[in-house]
Amino acid sequence: MSDLAALVVALPIFGSLVAFLAALVRSKSGWPVAVVATVAQLAVAATLAARAFGEGTISYVVGGFEAPYGIELVVDGLTATMLVLIAAVSLGVLAYARRAGPRSNPFYAVFMLLVAGLTGMSVTADLFNMYVFLEITGLAAYALVASGDRGRSAVAALKYLLVGTVGASLFLLGVGYAYIDTGTLNMADLAAKLAANGYSATLTQTAFALIVVGLFIKVAVFPLHTWQPDAYAGAPDTVSGLISALVSTVAAYALLRVVFTVFGTAFLDANPFAHGLLVGGAIISILLGSLLAVSQSEVKRMLAYSSVSQFGLIVAAISIGNVTALTGAAIHLVGHAIMKGGLFLTAGLVATETGARRVDEYEGLVKRSPVGAGVFGVLAVAMVGVPPTIGFAGKWYIAVGAAEAGAWTLLAVIVGSTLLTLAYFARLVERMFFREPSADLEPAVERVEAVPDGGDATESDAVEASLGMYAAVVAAAVLSVALGFAVFGYGDVLQSTIEALLS
Amino acid sequence: MMDLLVSRDYYVATFLLLGIGTYVMIASRNLVKKIIGMNIFQTGIFLFFIAAAYVDGGNPPVLTMDAPHVSPLPHVLILTAIVVGVALTAVALGMVVRIYAEYGTLDEETLQEVRGSE
Repeated sequence: MSDLAALVVALPIFGSLVAFLAALVRSKSGWPVAVVATVAQLAVAATLAARAFGEGTISYVVGGFEAPYGIELVVDGLTATMLVLIAAVSLGVLAYARRAGPRSNPFYAVFMLLVAGLTGMSVTADLFNMYVFLEITGLAAYALVASGDRGRSAVAALKYLLVGTVGASLFLLGVGYAYIDTGTLNMADLAAKLAANGYSATLTQTAFALIVVGLFIKVAVFPLHTWQPDAYAGAPDTVSGLISALVSTVAAYALLRVVFTVFGTAFLDANPFAHGLLVGGAIISILLGSLLAVSQSEVKRMLAYSSVSQFGLIVAAISIGNVTALTGAAIHLVGHAIMKGGLFLTAGLVATETGARRVDEYEGLVKRSPVGAGVFGVLAVAMVGVPPTIGFAGKWYIAVGAAEAGAWTLLAVIVGSTLLTLAYFARLVERMFFREPSADLEPAVERVEAVPDGGDATESDAVEASLGMYAAVVAAAVLSVALGFAVFGYGDVLQSTIEALLS
Repeated sequence: MMDLLVSRDYYVATFLLLGIGTYVMIASRNLVKKIIGMNIFQTGIFLFFIAAAYVDGGNPPVLTMDAPHVSPLPHVLILTAIVVGVALTAVALGMVVRIYAEYGTLDEETLQEVRGSE
């Protein structure tokens, strides 16, 4: 029954086709199709996860070709985590999208295609196959960002496309170097042959540099993050929630997978420059991402820069490369996805209820949107890393890992990052809860709402916050706290996977 | 030095294409030209794979043919990459059409001025 590993990729692709074709029968029928497909996806992912954690790694060879020649799919503990995360977050975003839209069938077809791309990147054990899924993910994400009805979305999407393509192309070039070096594309086979070649070969070093820089662009590590704030802020609220939670997360997972499964810790030890590339990217990203977040006046842009800083933490954990730090990376990937996806959806909810999209418009928000302000507050506190939330657990593991490895500079930056995170979230929390709404704000809100209605006739179906929207954001807030308790048990289950990764 | 350049002429062409593509993407103000730059950049990578797969006097990998055989894998990979590239170009041009319909310009700086009031 290891066929499930192939089914988990095929299912969303099939769902995407059905959602697209269903438009021929009835318009606006994409949502139910996407929900059915995602629920099935979640069930398959959960079954795979139960099996991967219970019985060990699942491996499947596509089309019956033997492993180093055919494409292999592998589900270990880390992959299983990503699969469940992707399906669960998609389901939450769908609950939100019911009312918030976009509602066309092609939107849901592309939505399912994105889920397929992300799932494929997680399960594949073949480097070129990973490039193909990286591009499928990219194409779907560009199209989703452009699905907003303003010109701003199209400009942001084009910028994302140009920068993202360069990233994926550099990844492909790196794969080419690795292939010329070894004559194989299977990750496990590559690892063995790269080790046999010796780690000081120029081809190997170039392959590492190109692949890592390519993935840095996809993860949005400073200074290669420039596409990200525009894309997140220009996309419709539903889409920003989805891609901020999943796209960079899976790219970071791919980075972890390539660094440890293909190149391995011995390569990092043999090449101080390769190690320095990771450490440098991490430190610059954490510090400058936070500083840029503090200086933003638009809430969604602030959240986007916050992601740059949080992914710096993940890269830091990868550069440390011991069991504790990598467990922390896995926890923080999950935690960041839930918290940041929840924050973007909450920002969308608040904008729907009150029209507030800028930091100063959040003054006294608790009176105008109690649920929005409450959830935003909880998620912001979790993001800062106050115990017992999942944000705390992830940072704690990474920090302890840094201390174990004796990486004191990184430890200082990681602890300092908590303070910097506080700097930009405190600004908002203080405005929401402890300030009166300024008197001249109300007419400004009216005007903001009036513009899209008057400017565009198709925009006339004015949106009211629905039960699904509240349910999605409240679930994110509850999960961000509840998972903080479950996380230490998870760390134990994951240990064997991480040890296998590092050996 | 010259010998190296001449014997590695395909690789030199590859990196020229990569450089030209990047330059066009960064320096050109026209959005369509940026997409052309992206295509040139990708073509460089295609050439890299194909040049690496070249075997002097190689035969197709069929058992009845004499060795040395050519590995078909890089060609297959690039066939896939070309398809991906075409899809990307189509999506990008679709966005350019929307940007032109919305703002009436494809010039990056004019676009910035028009959007300044947004």
